[in-house]
Amino acid sequence: MSDESTTLLDATGVGRALTRISHEILEKNKGTQDLVLVGIRTGGDHLSRDIFNRIRDFEGVELPVGAIDITMYRDDLGIRSAPQMHSTEIPFSLDGKNVILVDDVLYTGRTIRAALDALMDLGRPRSIQLAVLIDRGHRELPIRADYVGRNVPTSISENVEVEFDSDGTALQIRLIKPRS
Amino acid sequence: MDFTQKHILGIDHLSVAEIDLILNTAANFKEINNRDIKKVPTLRGKTIINLFFEASTRTRTSFEIAGKRLSADTINISASASSVVKGETLEDTAMNLEAMHPDIIVMRHSASGAPHYLAKRLPRSSIINAGDGTHEHPSQALLDMMTIREHKGRLDGLKVAIVGDITHSRVVRSNLIGLTRMGADVRVAGPGTMIPPGIERLGATVCRSLNEALEGADVVMMLRIQLERQGKSLLPTLREYSRFFGLNPSNLALAKPDALVMHPGPMNRGVEISTSVADGPQSVILDQVENGVAVRMALLYLVGGANNDESTIQSSQSKGVTA
Repeated sequence: MSDESTTLLDATGVGRALTRISHEILEKNKGTQDLVLVGIRTGGDHLSRDIFNRIRDFEGVELPVGAIDITMYRDDLGIRSAPQMHSTEIPFSLDGKNVILVDDVLYTGRTIRAALDALMDLGRPRSIQLAVLIDRGHRELPIRADYVGRNVPTSISENVEVEFDSDGTALQIRLIKPRS
Repeated sequence: MDFTQKHILGIDHLSVAEIDLILNTAANFKEINNRDIKKVPTLRGKTIINLFFEASTRTRTSFEIAGKRLSADTINISASASSVVKGETLEDTAMNLEAMHPDIIVMRHSASGAPHYLAKRLPRSSIINAGDGTHEHPSQALLDMMTIREHKGRLDGLKVAIVGDITHSRVVRSNLIGLTRMGADVRVAGPGTMIPPGIERLGATVCRSLNEALEGADVVMMLRIQLERQGKSLLPTLREYSRFFGLNPSNLALAKPDALVMHPGPMNRGVEISTSVADGPQSVILDQVENGVAVRMALLYLVGGANNDESTIQSSQSKGVTA
């Protein structure tokens, strides 16, 4: 039994999607005023740094960028062994800020629910907007993304994997179908 | 890796990978203690009983704060204010508490092995040993290791001197097992009456004098002379002890210039440690206390945030739970 995989986006494709998302963020927020980036560990963390670089190149502005770990806020603690924890590093105040929350794949929405609670415990942002590279559907909560790299219809048995190199640059995104 | 221990009874049953996981988890929890809102919902709905048969301020408060910051409900029971004074046995006390469905029992007892005894008899609760007799005090050793690693970046290859009543100290036993397991080189020193025969078998080098132990040390861990336990019969006078085994600025100079000074507390200032050293730039004594909360949060999370029922773990993994 081996799995079959198809490439959804290669490195160039990911780059183009992130460029578009970066422009959309600037357009919707009319610039960089009070804008901060927060990536969800670990995939969203890499992507938020990528968006940071692009916005710096377009606008010459370095946005505050942080990373959040949602393990402590998961709703499935106690139904599996305690998951590994990563650090939350948000070295700036969230009060009154427009937070761009970044994740790699949007699926059930449970990670985002946890991230929203985690952000609220850290401060009172003016708004929170969600940017994701892939929206694969199958939401279990009323959550939607403001910025989407690509919508990909998937079945629940499939898996979407984002592969990063050691610098955190996305190399490719693959759809993995289990073959039985 | 997955943490699969149901109880934390001692350092002895933890592997290097498990100790690493606990220390890393603690480092990530530490940030919560500096927030405005010092609370996360991780252990919401869990009940933790702190069952203390021996006096304790630091450890009990630390476990209680750790539980509360994880949103668990924590209840403190001290022996002096419980049915123990009416003659109830340890087992009966524990069985009665278990009937109220706590998830974790944090326990301190003057008898070595008391938590192990309960762990075998209570079917549901996880037991965390908060000090049993002269046996182990795992959370203290873990917070010590966390503090050393934070300042030195590693444990492997460090020279650690532990000075004081080696025989009666559960802090020493847990640290000795943990530090040597993590690759540190541990020497112990103290009056001859306070060095147990055979301590070398746990991996310690026995030094005959304080100066010998301090020579080139990266970490100096001073122990409290436990006046309430056995201090008097094993020592001629406190002044003599202080003269031969007290840490002061001049003998500390024998250790490395950046050596850390540690003490598990409570300190007898002027006996085992001079005030100028305890409050000096090399002292990390309050860092130990701060890290204690983070380490205990990690322990509560790892045993309480998990479901140790194998079949449930299997089925949730095969469903590929990704939030």
